[in-house]
Amino acid sequence: MIALLLRDIRLAVRAGGGFGLALAFFLIVTTLVPFGVGPQNATLALIAPGILWLGALLACLLSLDRIFATDFEDGSLDLLATAPIPLEGVVAIKALAHWLTTGLPLTLVAPFLGVLLNLPGPGYYWITLTLAFGTPALSMIGAFGAALTVGLKRGGLLMSILVLPLYVPTLIFGAETVRRGTEGLATGTPLALLGGITLGAVALLPFAAAAALRVNLR
Amino acid sequence: MPELGKYAIEVTSAYAVSILLLVGLVVLSLRRGRSVARALKNAEERHKNG
Amino acid sequence: MSLWEYANPRRFMAVTDRWMPWVFGAAAFCLCTGLVWGFFFTPADFRQGESVKIIYLHVPAAMMAINAWAMMLVASLIWLIRRHHVSALAAKAAAPVGVTMTLIALATGAIWGQPIWGTWWVWDPRLTSFLILFLFYLGYIALWAAIEDPDTAADLTSVLCLVGSVFAILSRYAALFWNQGLHQGASLSMDAEENVSDVFYFPLLMSIAGFVLLFVALVLMRTRTEIRARRLYALSLRERMS
Repeated sequence: MIALLLRDIRLAVRAGGGFGLALAFFLIVTTLVPFGVGPQNATLALIAPGILWLGALLACLLSLDRIFATDFEDGSLDLLATAPIPLEGVVAIKALAHWLTTGLPLTLVAPFLGVLLNLPGPGYYWITLTLAFGTPALSMIGAFGAALTVGLKRGGLLMSILVLPLYVPTLIFGAETVRRGTEGLATGTPLALLGGITLGAVALLPFAAAAALRVNLR
Repeated sequence: MPELGKYAIEVTSAYAVSILLLVGLVVLSLRRGRSVARALKNAEERHKNG
Repeated sequence: MSLWEYANPRRFMAVTDRWMPWVFGAAAFCLCTGLVWGFFFTPADFRQGESVKIIYLHVPAAMMAINAWAMMLVASLIWLIRRHHVSALAAKAAAPVGVTMTLIALATGAIWGQPIWGTWWVWDPRLTSFLILFLFYLGYIALWAAIEDPDTAADLTSVLCLVGSVFAILSRYAALFWNQGLHQGASLSMDAEENVSDVFYFPLLMSIAGFVLLFVALVLMRTRTEIRARRLYALSLRERMS
């Protein structure tokens, strides 16, 4: 399993695809927002948490099809399905690799992009914390979406339609925690719920994703 | 027509929109049902003959 | 004689063939009675005025929008567990009906909200969760449409339906947490102290019965279509093979 994890990370980094591109996409989205809503610092500070969350979410979405598509095409997914480790484990490891190459970098970069959006002081702490809590759920849900659409030719657009509604609870609780945190309100409840969704997704979705993969490999 | 007071436009448009949607759904379902049934009939006849 | 006998497509077709006119007739009767009663012969509410007449569309449509998804969930489970094709196809058949119901609920709600709340749309938890439900329906239908092989499509959409149900409920409570509502609470629950008065209640009940029957009729008809389409697909595959 560790070998698989290392292989996936190495592929993601070496292919020059998902790794850098997701970060670049995140930067571009954050840069474009002030052009859209105007350069007033007060406005930007108000919407900064939401924009950072949305940007991270979309950047995550873009790299999802890499999770299974290339392995499906060259047949290594069939090998993994017949390998001694359960397919559920393969799915979880691949989601973890996706998180390490996408979610984690996005989390680390988010505070620096917060500067561009005039994020209020305590916001830096909260955006990093909530993204660290929430992005694993994004990767896991995304792995499920990728497993559903892996056999399709033009699955990318369809996958975003399937995956984005599933991101709603994570986005709501994540952005809500940052909003409350910057206003100095209590953040315990949304943060706990955010973590709960992540843990629930990590615990249950590998089974759903593996079931979908088995159907697609039939 | 009943007396609808100042909400006449809202009430009638709500009914119009809903009935339009429902009728549209029924008509579409009927049409698809007919065309599929016809296609199946043709295919089965071809299957029997050929 | 058990319920599972209808899982045989041939038997399902034969029985529903006999039922169809009756179900459609009953649906048309209840729907016409309920709506005509509601539109022409009910008094105005003392606060909302005549706009209360929209309730005879809005509430049944909203109920059916949720119940249609629940029915799809049950049908998907039956397909995953017992592999009855009729069940998977019934779930497929119900989705467009559910979308239409959601659309009616959203549209009538917006039309009613404009004069009463002073806005077409607010990000109220109920409204938001209905919009999200609409998105889930779209994804479900899109997935069915994208996959050619009926069995693969049935499997994948069933898994999506299960996961989607969990996330739809999560979204509902997330939205509840996220924003305080403008929408009034349930007005038909059994235990509420303040319910709608009988003048509105009986036509509303009639209209709900009409929507339920219309849903059943449409789902039966569309399931029949899907069964035929599946047979057609199998025949065309066999022709291509030979």
